[in-house]
Amino acid sequence: MTSSLLRIEDLHVTFSTRGGLVQAVRGMTLSLQAGETLGLVGESGSGKSVTGFAVTRLLDRAGRIAAGRILFREQDITKATSGDLQNLHGAAIAMIFQNPRAALNPIRPVGAQIADAILAHRRVSRQEARTEALNLLRAVQIRDPERRMEAYPHELSGGMCQRVMIAIAISCNPQLLIADEPTTGLDVTTQKVVMDLLAEIAAARGMATILITHDLGLAARYCRRVAVMELGRLVEEADPLTLFRSPQHRYTRRLVAASPTATSRVEDLVPEGEASPRVEVKELPPPAAGTPPLLDVQHIVKRFDDGVPAVENFSMTMAAGESVGLVGESGSGKSTTSRMICRLIDPSEGEILFDGYSIAKIPARDFHRSPLRKDIQIVFQDPNESLNPRFSAFDCIAHPLLRLLKMRAGDTLRRRVEECADRVGLPRDLLARFPHQLSGGQKARVGIARAIACRPRLLVLDEPTAALDVSVQAVVLQLLDRLRREDNLAFLFVSHDLNVVRMMCDRTIVLRAGGIVEQGESRALFANPQTDYTRELVEAVPQFGSPPSLLPA
Amino acid sequence: MSSIDASSTLRHTVWVLRGNPLTAVAAVGAVFLALIAIFGPLLVPYDPVASDVPQALQPPSAAHWFGTDQLGRDVFSRIVIATRLDLAIAVTAVSISFVIGAVIGSLCGYAGGKLDRVVGRLVDVLMAFPLFVLAMAMVAALGNRVENIVIATAIINLPFYIRFARAEVNVRRNLGWVEAARACGDSNVSVVLRFLLPNVLPGMAVQMSLNLGWAILNAAGLSFIGLGVKPPTAEWGIMVAEGARFISTGRWWLVAFPGLALMVAVLCFNLLGDGLRDILDPRKRT
Repeated sequence: MTSSLLRIEDLHVTFSTRGGLVQAVRGMTLSLQAGETLGLVGESGSGKSVTGFAVTRLLDRAGRIAAGRILFREQDITKATSGDLQNLHGAAIAMIFQNPRAALNPIRPVGAQIADAILAHRRVSRQEARTEALNLLRAVQIRDPERRMEAYPHELSGGMCQRVMIAIAISCNPQLLIADEPTTGLDVTTQKVVMDLLAEIAAARGMATILITHDLGLAARYCRRVAVMELGRLVEEADPLTLFRSPQHRYTRRLVAASPTATSRVEDLVPEGEASPRVEVKELPPPAAGTPPLLDVQHIVKRFDDGVPAVENFSMTMAAGESVGLVGESGSGKSTTSRMICRLIDPSEGEILFDGYSIAKIPARDFHRSPLRKDIQIVFQDPNESLNPRFSAFDCIAHPLLRLLKMRAGDTLRRRVEECADRVGLPRDLLARFPHQLSGGQKARVGIARAIACRPRLLVLDEPTAALDVSVQAVVLQLLDRLRREDNLAFLFVSHDLNVVRMMCDRTIVLRAGGIVEQGESRALFANPQTDYTRELVEAVPQFGSPPSLLPA
Repeated sequence: MSSIDASSTLRHTVWVLRGNPLTAVAAVGAVFLALIAIFGPLLVPYDPVASDVPQALQPPSAAHWFGTDQLGRDVFSRIVIATRLDLAIAVTAVSISFVIGAVIGSLCGYAGGKLDRVVGRLVDVLMAFPLFVLAMAMVAALGNRVENIVIATAIINLPFYIRFARAEVNVRRNLGWVEAARACGDSNVSVVLRFLLPNVLPGMAVQMSLNLGWAILNAAGLSFIGLGVKPPTAEWGIMVAEGARFISTGRWWLVAFPGLALMVAVLCFNLLGDGLRDILDPRKRT
């Protein structure tokens, strides 16, 4: 029988915190064969990263392996001395992280950093190490590697930095690579390139890989076996097709349902019985012909100080109650566009008509006095930084009411805030809490309650669920969809997640480098893209509904 | 709701102090100094300025705990009385630079552009001078009075607060909750004053605590070289200056005790700094 490369037996990891001991991993058992690719999926707090850190013994001081064994090539890592670990790190087990730019030393050329990693583990001359580094840059398919050797991390894109990290990780031919959310924060097309590269290198070198991710689609596409973690335990383990077609465990079922696919509908995201009670909403009659659109954006341009246009000649119209998606990769100008429409920044040229009124000419610094301010509201991306840390949830929701509707503190205000909290499903007793005392989903609800408090007519949603776990995202998306139909709200939905946009939006506009590439009815656009760029985007999205495409047979 | 808040603040403070005993010691010291400053005149056994020449230059004894100086004044009484003046100068000066620096710095950090550049260079010019020499020059030019010492100390402290507030506001200006405040109808000025400023206060309070010690030394230093408070007023700096003449003849108590008072005060405020940040930061609570 072949012995496994890595065997985790009944692993327990605890963290000592102010609230006492927290059990991050409680009884995890897992094994991995040489050359195998395993996906470790779960939501935040499931202990998937902690497991990865435990295997590399990179737990910070508060974390402790309380029980269990981690056998790597039959050697117990939990008992390894620091000398053993030195040899283990890099040479036998390597790790790559989320946010590659932060993991690289900003003041040292990347070529030298790769050479450093080689010199740390092998007896070679500096010159040999440099030659080897150059070869590695070639291996990770960085264009013009000779020149990139001397580049600093800030001169490289996020995808290139991650390739450099991969080069460092594979520099000493490790047998096991742990990739912790390696492509989170990268664009889908970049994600695809990086993951394809990683899969190719792993296959060529016979390197086992543990891919830690929250993205079921990614795990399904690149892994032969997927393990699902919940609350520090392994709940289910199978090949991706079986796991996602017929999940056995209750938690896996929920996770699979909550992950948007190419065909899912908003109402399917939360399993029956757990969904918020469906509110019957009467469909409003379509607006009479001849009514002006709610929003009419005409040829807006935004140039920043350096003169390069971030958005060029962007035009769109929106009817009341319509939902339009704005998709594109980083640097496509989608955030800039949404902020211009929301009148937080000024367009350099062009006209924006809201309900027939010209609003582009009112400077953003004075727009807070406009009576239309309350009609255009925005929900921000990261709920962690969209709430003032010194405001309670109540203060956050009351703020626009005090400012824009000139309400006074008192019973009316309290009732109105509570009503908003009820509408977004935020328990009233949480209103007294401060943002850091709320979970990510609760913070997202506060952000939405604040945006709808004044009953706006247009809501700009800037990646509203990008920072949330899929199960929370599912609930928030349902909530947004319900609010839209209840209030006949128009949505401008900015996102990089095509599956979400397809589900939430009637129409979609694809942006690239500040210009519109393609637009049309969402389902048609994604089913049958007309431009190469849109097709590339659509194909880069990992789907777990379809069989894994990249596995070498 | 406010009563719940107050009790949770108290509990949090106790928690921080327990995990950080040095801060607790410093806090006790600071409170002790404040009490002395307030009630000092009621406690002292002797009149701090009344001379009693026959009793001059007595070493520490049961009657005169810290001995007497060259005019027979009780050193202990003078040190206790001086606490109020020294702390008052430092606290007033630091408060002035805190308020002005926080407002100017926040506006610069938020607005950026020309205002930021102009203020930034002015701060650079101010910091190019040796600060103590600058304070000396200002007191010498404005006149040897307590309010001028306060003004001089406030001005030389100002750059630190401006820079600190500017940097802290600058990193927060593009966060979601700042943009959200604008979308909720706040003007730029109100965003700075009602949103950003309260969020940079915890960090500035730490700066303030560290600066208090420094301001005490500064005031004492000015008096030491004869540019501060005039004798016969009881003040730690003057006492050290006057006592220095007698060190060579072995009358150590004239210098040692006021020096010790200075050291304790400076140390207390410096140690308080870190603990204060933890107490004031709402995110450190659970």
